[in-house]
Amino acid sequence: MSSRGAHPRHPAPYRYTIVERLYLPLLSGLWVTLRHFVRNFFGRGKTYTINYPEERRLYSPRYRGHHILTTRPDGSLRCVACFLCAAACPAECIHIEAGEHPDLNIEKYPLLYNIDMLRCVFCGYCVDACPEEAIIMSNNHDMAYFNRGQSVVTKDELQKPYAYDESRLGYRPHYPEEQAQHAALRHGLVDLVEEARRQGADSASRTAS
Amino acid sequence: MPTTTAPLPLPERFPADSIQLREGLDQPTWIVRREILVDLARELTADPETGFDLLLDLCGVDYPDREERFEVVYHLASLRGGGRLRLKVPVPEDDPVLPSLIDVWKGADWFEREVYDMFGLHFEGHPNLRRILTHEAFQGHPLRKDYDPARRWILTEDKMYRPQPEPPMDAEDDMFERMTINIGPSHPAMHGTFRVVATLDGEIISASEVEIGYLHRCFEKMAETHTWQQVIPYTDRLNYCSSFINNVGYCRAVETLLNVEVPPRAVWARTILSEFSRVMDHCVCNGSSLVDSGALTNFWYLFQPREEIYGLLEACSGARLTVSYCRIGGLAADLPPDFEARCRALLETIPAFIDDVEKLIVSNRIWLDRAVGIAAIGGEEAVNWGWTGPCLRASGVDYDVRRDNPYDLYDTVDWDVPVFHGGDVHDRFRVRISEIRESLKIIRQLLDRGMPEGPFIVDDPHVALPPKEVAYNQMEAMIYHFKLIMDGIQVPPGEIYSAVEGANGELGFYVLSDGSGKPYRIKVRPPCFPIFSTFSRLINGGTISDAVVSLGGLNVIAGELER
Ligand code: SF4
Ligand code: SF4
Repeated sequence: MSSRGAHPRHPAPYRYTIVERLYLPLLSGLWVTLRHFVRNFFGRGKTYTINYPEERRLYSPRYRGHHILTTRPDGSLRCVACFLCAAACPAECIHIEAGEHPDLNIEKYPLLYNIDMLRCVFCGYCVDACPEEAIIMSNNHDMAYFNRGQSVVTKDELQKPYAYDESRLGYRPHYPEEQAQHAALRHGLVDLVEEARRQGADSASRTAS
Repeated sequence: MPTTTAPLPLPERFPADSIQLREGLDQPTWIVRREILVDLARELTADPETGFDLLLDLCGVDYPDREERFEVVYHLASLRGGGRLRLKVPVPEDDPVLPSLIDVWKGADWFEREVYDMFGLHFEGHPNLRRILTHEAFQGHPLRKDYDPARRWILTEDKMYRPQPEPPMDAEDDMFERMTINIGPSHPAMHGTFRVVATLDGEIISASEVEIGYLHRCFEKMAETHTWQQVIPYTDRLNYCSSFINNVGYCRAVETLLNVEVPPRAVWARTILSEFSRVMDHCVCNGSSLVDSGALTNFWYLFQPREEIYGLLEACSGARLTVSYCRIGGLAADLPPDFEARCRALLETIPAFIDDVEKLIVSNRIWLDRAVGIAAIGGEEAVNWGWTGPCLRASGVDYDVRRDNPYDLYDTVDWDVPVFHGGDVHDRFRVRISEIRESLKIIRQLLDRGMPEGPFIVDDPHVALPPKEVAYNQMEAMIYHFKLIMDGIQVPPGEIYSAVEGANGELGFYVLSDGSGKPYRIKVRPPCFPIFSTFSRLINGGTISDAVVSLGGLNVIAGELER
């Protein structure tokens, strides 16, 4: 640490220059706003606002949104009710009740698997914890509920078919970046906002479906 | 953290048994009898060269099994001499009184109120010792170990404290009618839920009182009931404008206790992303303080770089605001393949916005008239109040944790610490603008150096989860995976104070472990807490509109202030 002089006892306020006294720098400020105005007016500038929800930004393939419970090829849940996700959850919002299959050779399964979306902090710890890749996340972040009861989503809702739309997957154990949902992302840098605008109509139709 | 070097001379005139020396992991620790506390504090601050001029943090710890149940811990720093010192003062439960240090460090004011609130210890000589973070109707002291974290209270309005700031009475005052108004807690100018009650004399604030605690969620108590990893998402919500820096601060503290070496790739990424977070935070702060003074355009210009940086953070971590991207021992996931290209693109775009704002504002007399000399404070006084960060550097004190106690890669890059001397709103603005430029400089140098190869998290199954592919296929890794999630990281007993330079000042984590798998106590040193405690002093005598402009420039973040 360098040794320094005493701390200044009194503030020494900035002194205006003559030019500043005469309000002259306002001109350069006006020039800045004019330049932005002209550029945006002719559509040359980059505007950062998009017409959500008709247009959506492209989300990162790691986006931590609504959870998905994955299934085996036969349609049963992969989850074996091991409670690791519930133990890892810092918000204590996963509630599981395990069911025993009559045939002991077959693993346990969740009778009940509820996530309280209003408690969830979307940290992704449950995904990290799961040893079966049974819980992953989607990039769906529009969740709205009319009452608190609705915010507790059950295992049926957690395995909705949209989950298997490649383009809606989010945080999951391996990031198959090379097969990420957006072809554009493969080739390095993309301007997500511009891309969203370009694909505006496209993604709007995808959301609607 | 490499802090003090030379052993501190023990003051001679105190009886031998009143101070016991301990060599801490990070800094020397003195266990002090409370009887000599005030004298010792005066002695420690006396020397103008090496005196401990900054009271960083003051907190309580509860040890129900000890004879003297409570311990109050003071963290001191000497800005000119470079020393650090921890004082611990044991306090018995049946006589929970200790002297207030408010006369030595004004910054002790709110910290002592917080200890009173959380532990029920009384500070003799404190002029205004009442609850600060919890409601008046709250019963008990939440950070005591015997307080049940699930306990709920019904908080009624009739018990609520009603601030009545009393202005000094002059004879001529009687001619005017005074008015007391509320600014906040939910008021667009307050940037969060703060409440200022001001007594007005015309448009001049003649007295004011600040109330906080509306966003208190007892982060520290919650941390004690979770495992070490589970605290990371909670730290996101401290300073949510630059949540990545909080992640780094917390993880660094725990890593030092664990004595794990973070791989170079993770350190490199942490430094870069911390600087981007700082840029973002400064953009928000400057943008919103300009909105308060009516300069709305700048807000749009400054929020554009922020949007770009959010894109980068989202690509890395999967979330824009609450990133939780650090893990103890490294990062949560490897950097995305286009990380470097994205960073370079950001370095190209950000300066243009900053230049535009500078052209609009820095010599604009309309802004200067609103900002120069407003809420001014001298360096010496600011240090005494416990200020750190950009606000302190605007008052002419050259102190930055990144340079003075370097961590991560800050000592390997070439950059400057901008210092201004006005101590007012204008210079706080200029410090931030210059710091954005310095941050970009740091990032550019690190990118030029190239991304280090290697793992992104330590390869230690006691600290970091094994990679999924390994955990799926190998029994041993699977067992470690289970153990780490069920029991958490086993941090050896010890204590550490570790600080990083947050976007608004020194963000410290005082972490205590008893080896049980959960933190024993985590105390955050929120940089804006001491800064905001000065707010009354800053706005008294000014107009209401000055108060609004000065609040924006202080960068007070409710999530961090009230934890
Ligand atoms: S994302 Fe985090 S908070 Fe939400 S359910 Fe998973 S572990 Fe719990
Ligand atoms: S960790 Fe995975 S397998 Fe275990 S209960 Fe949770 S979702 Fe099911």
